[in-house]
Amino acid sequence: MSPVGRDPEVFPPYLYDAYRATIRRSPAQPPLEITPTLSELTGPGPALSAVIPEDADLTRNAGTGGEAIGERIIVTGRVLAAGGVPVPRTLVEIWQCNAAGRYRHRVDQHHAPLDPNFIGIGRCLTDADGVYRFTTIKPGAYPWQNHENAWRPAHIHFSLFGPSWIARLITQMYFPGDPLQALDPIFNSVPNPNARARLVAAYAHDVTQAGWALGYRFDIVLRGPAATPFEPFERAARAGR
Amino acid sequence: MTPRRLTPSQTIGPFFHGMIAGAANVLVAEATEGERIRIEGRVYDGDHAPVPDALVEIWQANARGRYRHPVDRRPIPLDPAFVGFGRAATDETGLYWFETIKPGPVPFTAERRQAPHLNVAVSARGLLDHLFTRIYLESEPANAEDPVLQRVPAPRRDTLIARRAAGAGRAVYRFDIVLQGEQETVFFDL
Ligand SMILES: [Fe+2]
Repeated sequence: MSPVGRDPEVFPPYLYDAYRATIRRSPAQPPLEITPTLSELTGPGPALSAVIPEDADLTRNAGTGGEAIGERIIVTGRVLAAGGVPVPRTLVEIWQCNAAGRYRHRVDQHHAPLDPNFIGIGRCLTDADGVYRFTTIKPGAYPWQNHENAWRPAHIHFSLFGPSWIARLITQMYFPGDPLQALDPIFNSVPNPNARARLVAAYAHDVTQAGWALGYRFDIVLRGPAATPFEPFERAARAGR
Repeated sequence: MTPRRLTPSQTIGPFFHGMIAGAANVLVAEATEGERIRIEGRVYDGDHAPVPDALVEIWQANARGRYRHPVDRRPIPLDPAFVGFGRAATDETGLYWFETIKPGPVPFTAERRQAPHLNVAVSARGLLDHLFTRIYLESEPANAEDPVLQRVPAPRRDTLIARRAAGAGRAVYRFDIVLQGEQETVFFDL
């Protein structure tokens, strides 16, 4: 439908009954297609760079001096624009529950322990090749209220801005071999099975560090303009407007 | 063209608040150039119940209409005291607010301008992808000629126009975001 990339096979519909919260929060009207303008072809991504290296290690960034409990993992991958070009120096934000399946958040009532050495928030910038890298612990599964005996599969939330406003992506990364994925309406809201599979990180033995941490690879491809849409604005620039 | 293997979106869920550091909804510093405005409003669902776990993000040009972005290469000065990005989580009453400046006009094509506007992305538990919309400001003469507003069916245009609150000492604009139902906000497919 949209030439720019909200492919209905890849992106979930807003209304997906099995995920109950969509029923009263999904727009009833179809979104209005507009041609991207300078407003959408720009975006905050390039200006967002306030990170320190410590932000990328969630096993230590609680500031307590202690280490988070759980299975230590490394999550890394490349951030690419729609055409396959790496996106360098772009912000990647993540948040997750602890190894027991509990978020450090006021509305999380799950009867599981908090970990004083884990806040569950990380950020980093990709390097010149578009590669990001986090050290964290494997999050637990947790129950939720969507349906009888509902459990979210283990996942890490990701937020990216990329090169333009259009590229904005909020998603979740899952772990290979998790039987809860087949039962999860959020995961299954992605219509195409190949697209769904792209939300599952790959175990990567080359990333695994001997005696230290298991490695997972999760590449991210962002939406973007289909063609080269900058022409009108270059003309605008020459016209001094 | 090779098929792009885009990464699907998933809901932001209810637990994102720790990701937002500091006063991310205050875009202005003392040195920022431009007319101060406050934008505030509530996010509502299809039952007109407030949405207490939404994230509202804005992206805008500076007071002279320049975006802080490499694609915007027009010879208009950047404001060192203004980035143009803000994010605000709604509170338990669905309320969000931003302290910012009125953006300048930006081009549509070389010949045509857009009225001052703020670009908006809304995420929430129950939204499987964010929603794009725009905030225009009431009483801007340029609204009548804005090419994006003109694409919107006339009866729904009002949902994109923030209303100036009466009696406030400074410029306060009210912009509610209705996810579904009567007065549903116009969202864009980009
Ligand atoms: Fe989660």
